[in-house]
Amino acid sequence: MSAEYHEPRAWDEAVATLQEHGDDALVLAGGTAYTLLLRQGLIRPGHVIGLRRLPGAARIDADAHGGVSIGAMATHTQALRSEAVREHWPELGAALAKVATIRIRNQATVGGSVAHADPASDAPVMLCALGAQAVVVSGSERRRAPVDELFVDTFTTSLAPHELIHSVEIPGRTPWTRAAYLKYTLRSVDDYATVSVAVRAEITDGVVEQLRVFLGGVGATPMRATSTERALRGRRVEPRALGDAAALARNDVDPADDVRGSAAYKREMTRVFTERALRSVLA
Amino acid sequence: MTLHVRVNGTARDINAGPEVRLIDVLRDQLGLTGTKEGCSVGVCGACSVLVDGEVMSACLLPAVLVDGMDVTTIEGVAAERLEEAFITEGGFQCGICTPGQIVSAVALLMAHPRPSDAEISDWMTGNLCRCTGYRGIERAIKKAVGE
Repeated sequence: MSAEYHEPRAWDEAVATLQEHGDDALVLAGGTAYTLLLRQGLIRPGHVIGLRRLPGAARIDADAHGGVSIGAMATHTQALRSEAVREHWPELGAALAKVATIRIRNQATVGGSVAHADPASDAPVMLCALGAQAVVVSGSERRRAPVDELFVDTFTTSLAPHELIHSVEIPGRTPWTRAAYLKYTLRSVDDYATVSVAVRAEITDGVVEQLRVFLGGVGATPMRATSTERALRGRRVEPRALGDAAALARNDVDPADDVRGSAAYKREMTRVFTERALRSVLA
Repeated sequence: MTLHVRVNGTARDINAGPEVRLIDVLRDQLGLTGTKEGCSVGVCGACSVLVDGEVMSACLLPAVLVDGMDVTTIEGVAAERLEEAFITEGGFQCGICTPGQIVSAVALLMAHPRPSDAEISDWMTGNLCRCTGYRGIERAIKKAVGE
């Protein structure tokens, strides 16, 4: 039997439909992950709630401080082509450009990528490192949550069943902000990452004031390299110390053996690519 | 539910629920079999179509998401120069990937009428050719734009 399709025109209507149908409802954003899960028989929703007609759902804009807001329904392509991202966060644009192929980037949404919580996806890892906040709506309620706190397990977020991601907000930068996203793929450039590394750093007078390092593909969620961060934060940038700090990240990740490499190999590549990412922003 | 879609310039009413993919509509309901189903997971590019001018995989796209939009398939692209160049440059071999290659190349040339090598590579990545005719496909695209 065919599922019933809903296309609400208002956010509170979307939330109400979600609440009404509970576990029998599924939210449809760009539809890439949805179609794959459906075809594999892993989901069989009775009600599908498409978000594409919600007002402002794909809106992208920048605030006066260079912070950028990306509507959950903006596709990767819309986000990376947008003036706001190109002007204020080109490093985010570069990360989004590394997602699969242009066909996927034209269809898959930034919010969908976060909500789907695939730990090997690119956008979530970069958003975590940039310190992005998710704007989450439920009915007339609205709250902000750090994106990195949304991820609790593979394909699992801390969102309540009746909550929707409205947008993600990337805080503005200073002249001392540096960021980078490196993605290592084993087989072809359009693959999921064997490991990916996202870094945001604030460096003043040669001192690492703030540092956020997140890794993709090497755990159940985007993994935070807390040991690496701790080794460098508050210290002067010493190019020779970056290798040692990157090596610590091996113990911050929890990779699995799969077609993209053994766990041991991914740990080693975590070190290699963390060091490269750190060099590109700190050295 | 009934979807209203312009397919290759013609308004069509399509009956499809949220589990129906665009490729099923194109091939089974509309008889547009030029769009091929290869991998079924959005990787190979054989099912490339244009949705409001943007290239997408018809095998990954729920048909409900193209309601109200323009869909262009290989049958609807006017790409004689490209097609000619694919033949003369060896970009056309066994033929299974060719409709998707042409549709992707059309999308590329709409965005970048004189594409650089990097743009060709970026846009054509993920249109797989099992005959590995990639150099021929690159040459064909360059020839079609007069290089």
